[in-house]
Amino acid sequence: MLRIVDLHAKLRDEDKEILKGVNLEIEKGEVHVLMGPNGSGKSTLANVIMGNPRYIVTEGDIVFEGNSIKDLPPNERAKLGIMMTFQNPYEVEGVKLSQFLITAHRRIHGEDKNYLELRKELEETAEKLGLDKDFLERYLNVGFSGGEKKRSEILQSLFLRPKLLILDEIDSGLDVDALRLIANLIARLNEEGVTLLIITHYKRLLDHLKRIDKVHVYVDGRIVTSGGPELADEIEEKGYSLEGVR
Amino acid sequence: MMERLIIDDSRFNFVPKVKTAYKAPPGLDEKLIMEISRAKDEPEWMLKHRLESLKVFNEWHNPRFGVDISGLDLGKIVSYIKPDAKKSTSWEEVPEEVKEAFDKLGIPEAERKYLSGVGAQLDSEIVYQNMKKELEKMGVIFLDMESAVREYPDLVKKYFMKLVPITDHKFAALHGAIWSGGTFLYVPAGVKIPMPLQAYFLMSNPGMGQFEHTIIVAEEGSEVTFIEGCSAPRYNIINLHAGMVEIYVKKGAKVKYLTIQNWSKNTYNLNTKRSIVDEEGSMTWVSGSLGSQKTMLYPMTILKGKGARAESMSITYAGPGQHMDTGSKVVHLAPYTSSIVSAKSISLGGGWAFYRGLLKITKEAVKSKASVECAALMLDNRSKSDTVPIIEVETDRADVGHEARIGRIGEDQIFYLMSRGLSEQEAKAMIVKGFVEPVVKELPFEYAVELNKLLELEIEKSIG
Repeated sequence: MLRIVDLHAKLRDEDKEILKGVNLEIEKGEVHVLMGPNGSGKSTLANVIMGNPRYIVTEGDIVFEGNSIKDLPPNERAKLGIMMTFQNPYEVEGVKLSQFLITAHRRIHGEDKNYLELRKELEETAEKLGLDKDFLERYLNVGFSGGEKKRSEILQSLFLRPKLLILDEIDSGLDVDALRLIANLIARLNEEGVTLLIITHYKRLLDHLKRIDKVHVYVDGRIVTSGGPELADEIEEKGYSLEGVR
Repeated sequence: MMERLIIDDSRFNFVPKVKTAYKAPPGLDEKLIMEISRAKDEPEWMLKHRLESLKVFNEWHNPRFGVDISGLDLGKIVSYIKPDAKKSTSWEEVPEEVKEAFDKLGIPEAERKYLSGVGAQLDSEIVYQNMKKELEKMGVIFLDMESAVREYPDLVKKYFMKLVPITDHKFAALHGAIWSGGTFLYVPAGVKIPMPLQAYFLMSNPGMGQFEHTIIVAEEGSEVTFIEGCSAPRYNIINLHAGMVEIYVKKGAKVKYLTIQNWSKNTYNLNTKRSIVDEEGSMTWVSGSLGSQKTMLYPMTILKGKGARAESMSITYAGPGQHMDTGSKVVHLAPYTSSIVSAKSISLGGGWAFYRGLLKITKEAVKSKASVECAALMLDNRSKSDTVPIIEVETDRADVGHEARIGRIGEDQIFYLMSRGLSEQEAKAMIVKGFVEPVVKELPFEYAVELNKLLELEIEKSIG
């Protein structure tokens, strides 16, 4: 489904290379985990896959369902079924979460469903996350607590239902109950066919997941090693520095 | 909810085919003024007022600040155009061509929605006035200004250009000389009008001026909301709009005045709006300025009585080639008065939005409260935004707050929205609409939809 081939990228406004030859292949329905220390550029990879204009691909390719997407704008990638959750989603004053999501749904999935159907679906999805109707009428991320931002990102993922979901540190700053709730929802999404790329530097989210196909260790702009779920345990024990040496 | 409404874009850009019945000769002179006054069958005092105004206009200098008006050629402007349509009291009597023009502007819908009266201005004449019987029963006078001058001369004389004297500025004098059309609204003491009253203005002939005069008198304890909406077809010849609004808010009365201005992009919009508020009265301005090539507009509220209140919310849009010089003025003259000013501007495609506001608190206005908030959003590097909020406080016993923010639209915000399937243009439009939302939500639904739609169209055109 997703094939990343020798991907190099740099910041648009600086010369420093941030992605230094990433190779990654994910099949449909799989769950991949990308682990790495803080500041290793894990989020950059997510941003480059999504098409953040702050980054420029200098070499290599990103292939989604057989087609190169590296020159597509972010919205075209979203329409193909790629989505990422943001570590720190941006605030948009005056735009209601409900209004934003219904518009987004239409752009991605077309106009088949009418407003009321979508509205109902959105409210039901919010309920699963313990978010009430009033939450949907708040301005996008404005004044959201850390936990609310994460829930909102998951709400968006469930509602917009991508084919490939990249979760960028969705587990940071969540309490135990929220973490379990979100992990369960993510697991269910995967059972329903959504492919997952989970970016994290803790193992605790992974403990709630039944399926993990591969764990990749990412250090300094490269995947340095890959393995099964047991690799996560190893990292927990020995830390990243050991992996980097391998 | 907005998503479900489909509005035909073409209605914002069309040219109605209206026959011109009467065209004054070019050039402004006493002869022309007398001709206009005679055609309107005006009382002597009004003719005198016009002639005095003309004299002031000829002697006065141009405004020494604001926009460049050197492109304005007054000699070209034929200031008085009378449409074929006679004044109408029923929809049936309105000519088909005119109806078609209004149709494209969506007026019938608005009329259906609001059971209150509609005053529509085509060219310089009121062609259609539909008043609810209820308004008459309540003793409300809701007339086009010409009729009001004839039918209630003493009442009109008491208020006409008493708040904005002919010597206020050059274009006030011009207005005084050649004004035509507009609305006279008189709300008797204690009467609360439950529905907003509306007037539509429409400019349809090339090279003409629009000089409507509106007076609202809200007697003690009364309440009224008035809506002024302008939308204009597009022409290449210079157009001037120099209208005037005078609002008298008596003791304990409440007036809310809403405007959406969308003059065609060749219009010089040099407009004057002023209100005076007595004890415990309240004045609210809600304005959206989108159109025109150049605008100078500074709605002013004078808080004359103890405890009087003013609120002013505005959105100014400056697109390609536009220079919008706008701002609210509030003068506190009495104790315990309060005011809130919230001004938002958007500039893009090389447009220039200039906020020029005044807040003055005199030494008599002790225990007054005032806040001024200006926020400007620029969508690109070519556009300009300036904020000059002048604040003069003559007493230390007043509470004054001020905040100004100028910012560019955030690239990260746009990426975030695009990552959810919105195009760059949609993302920008969404951010802009969100930015103006606090003002837009004060507007009646149809106007809110229209304003949002207009903003979308403007952004679409300039980002493309």
